[in-house]
Amino acid sequence: MSVDPDSQQPQDIIEIPPGSRGPRLGADEWVARREGRREYLPSWLGRAERESERIGWWPRLAIAGVAAALLPGLGLGGFQLQVGIDAMVIALLAVGLNIVVGWAGLLDLGYVAFFGAGAYGYALLSSNQLGTSGIHLPAYFSVPIVMIAVALLGLGVGLPSRRLIGDYLAIITLFFGEAFVEFTNNVAPSKLGGPNGITGIDPIRGFTWQITSNYGYYYLLVIILVVTMAVLRLVEKSRTGRAWRAVREDPLAAASMTIPVNRVKLAAFAAGAVVAALAGTIFAAQQASVFPTDFDTPILILIYAGLILGGAGSIAGACLGALVVMVIYDGLLRSPAEAGYLFYGLILLTLLAKLRPWRRLAVVLAATVALGLAAHAIAKAISASAVAGGPQSGGWIASALRDWVIVPANAQAAGNWGFVILICLLITLVQVSSRWRTILLPPTLCLASFVWETRLVVEPSITRQLMIGAILIVMMNARPQGLLGQRRVETVT
Amino acid sequence: MSAEPGQQAILELDRLSLSFGGLRALSELDLRVADREIVSVIGPNGAGKTTVFNVITGVYQPSAGDVRFAGASIAGQAPHVIARLGIARTFQSLRLFMNMSVLENVMAATYGDTKALAWESILRLPRARREEREVRALAEDVLSFFGERLAGYRWDQPAYSLSYANRRRLEIARALATRPRLLLLDEPAAGMNPAETHEITELIGRLREERGVAILVIEHDMHVVAGVSDRVIALDHGVKITEGSFDQVANHPAVVEAYLGRDPEALAEGA
Repeated sequence: MSVDPDSQQPQDIIEIPPGSRGPRLGADEWVARREGRREYLPSWLGRAERESERIGWWPRLAIAGVAAALLPGLGLGGFQLQVGIDAMVIALLAVGLNIVVGWAGLLDLGYVAFFGAGAYGYALLSSNQLGTSGIHLPAYFSVPIVMIAVALLGLGVGLPSRRLIGDYLAIITLFFGEAFVEFTNNVAPSKLGGPNGITGIDPIRGFTWQITSNYGYYYLLVIILVVTMAVLRLVEKSRTGRAWRAVREDPLAAASMTIPVNRVKLAAFAAGAVVAALAGTIFAAQQASVFPTDFDTPILILIYAGLILGGAGSIAGACLGALVVMVIYDGLLRSPAEAGYLFYGLILLTLLAKLRPWRRLAVVLAATVALGLAAHAIAKAISASAVAGGPQSGGWIASALRDWVIVPANAQAAGNWGFVILICLLITLVQVSSRWRTILLPPTLCLASFVWETRLVVEPSITRQLMIGAILIVMMNARPQGLLGQRRVETVT
Repeated sequence: MSAEPGQQAILELDRLSLSFGGLRALSELDLRVADREIVSVIGPNGAGKTTVFNVITGVYQPSAGDVRFAGASIAGQAPHVIARLGIARTFQSLRLFMNMSVLENVMAATYGDTKALAWESILRLPRARREEREVRALAEDVLSFFGERLAGYRWDQPAYSLSYANRRRLEIARALATRPRLLLLDEPAAGMNPAETHEITELIGRLREERGVAILVIEHDMHVVAGVSDRVIALDHGVKITEGSFDQVANHPAVVEAYLGRDPEALAEGA
């Protein structure tokens, strides 16, 4: 019936000796080994990452949880505690958004509305707002009710959008997010409070206890975050998690492999919404008030910034990224001393991670210190007013910098010029060869601290935006997959 | 070829037509694949071969005619439903889950065969754990079908790290994980070197013998077509030109014409 295939085939078929090792013709071992090697963070960060990988995911999560729980014991003040709480709420949101964006690959720009719906839902049920209807539920009833209701809302938004892909889904969900803000601002002001929001919201309480202090909310959030991350980790490696990622990778192939694509997308929407709702209820209870502006686009951008910085697709990455973003964003707002620690700390950390070998790092740091001291001495010799202003940072940073950074009496104008020059220097820095980079680094560092002390530290609301932008730009160049994300290839279809 | 095909038809296309606007992609196509039979579809580029696959798997809805699988009509069903019924496919331009591991690629294809809901996986209830064990065993089983090629150390690597030939093998492994009765292979030997092409030819035979599947294969490489086919169907412009053994089809004037154009001398004689 059919032609003998062997008569038409080349005879020099490569024999594979059984049990042989090493690269072979016709095989792809070398490529596989090389490509398959995981990409780690540079230098000592990478070693730490590899070490932490050896111990498995749940001990790692437990260690992180215990460390977070011990943090207030180091004497966190009220301000730092509030930053921690805010950061963990955003981290919870980022971890939930990771389901939708990182796993199912749905660009949901209305995600913050689910956060808002959770907060408003809790605010309505657990305050006197609906008192006329006789509804004032304790938290242990209202939190589950709100989570289920928001899951249904997620399905409701997902149903019409499930056939939309890419840009269309992004725009439609963005509309939904904006519609939520308009809704809370304008609809039923007697119940939703309009721009004045809802106040007098109950704290989180169990049957016999209730949370009265920020310490309580801090620990509650640590527990919720750890449990949520553990749950999501189990889902990620389950049948459902595989289906989400398969749909992200290739919807047509997923459908051809027995996966009901639309249903799986809806499940992702709902699961993300549930996590957002949980974050919303805690947020509302901790703040004791909710306002429409709490759930507007800036929060959405923060969540996305955290997710992208940490690495979409990675639970730990989403959490870490959001914590970093929020600590910078929130921490910079209040006290110059704390902002200074962040600024100089980040610079030092970047230098430690990026500058190789150690000799080069030492040279750059020594040159920076020497340059600063020399410049300060010269400026002082020329005119006393050139160094009349002290550093704006507080604490021991200020005393350390007093003889190093030049702060003239008229700091504002000089700072503005310094800022422009700094931007030019930074742009130059990324263009030149590594030798020139080593030479340019010390003046850039000196100038950076000059601009910081004269200008940036006194304008925190602008500075924090700049810093998050700068961090994301650096990240995009150094590690496009995010802190803990895996590098992905895009399938061209 | 051993393992004689059965008499029972597993797939029947009955006067199947498909139009895109004014373009008739398929016209009144009849096609029959028996149980455990290997049928090749050949034809020049644009003949409608992949379109046939897309209609069978539910990606396109036929404009007229019927598709019957194991006796029941499946025309108009959703792709994932058809896949669950027992039709699996590979793609001409590879469509793996590139950023998932080799093992996960295969395990993902068992979604329709498993039932555990997310909360069962979270609480690690018995059903979820049992299914996970079974799915993993099945995945290892279908991957071991390819011997050394997709051996153990590759299981946890991302699919994109595989070579081209191994990606094609992984696509077949993934299709097998849906436990199909009919396998649609879209140019399995495309882009392969002669040694790999020979391997694919043997593999297609083994798929039938060891897995008991019927196979409908689109292929341009005539070594493969000659080596595996019980029957060959030639397609051009969405119309079946001819059908029969490889030798019959390969020498059929209409097939030669479809591939090479009309012989100028014959044209001159005809004129």
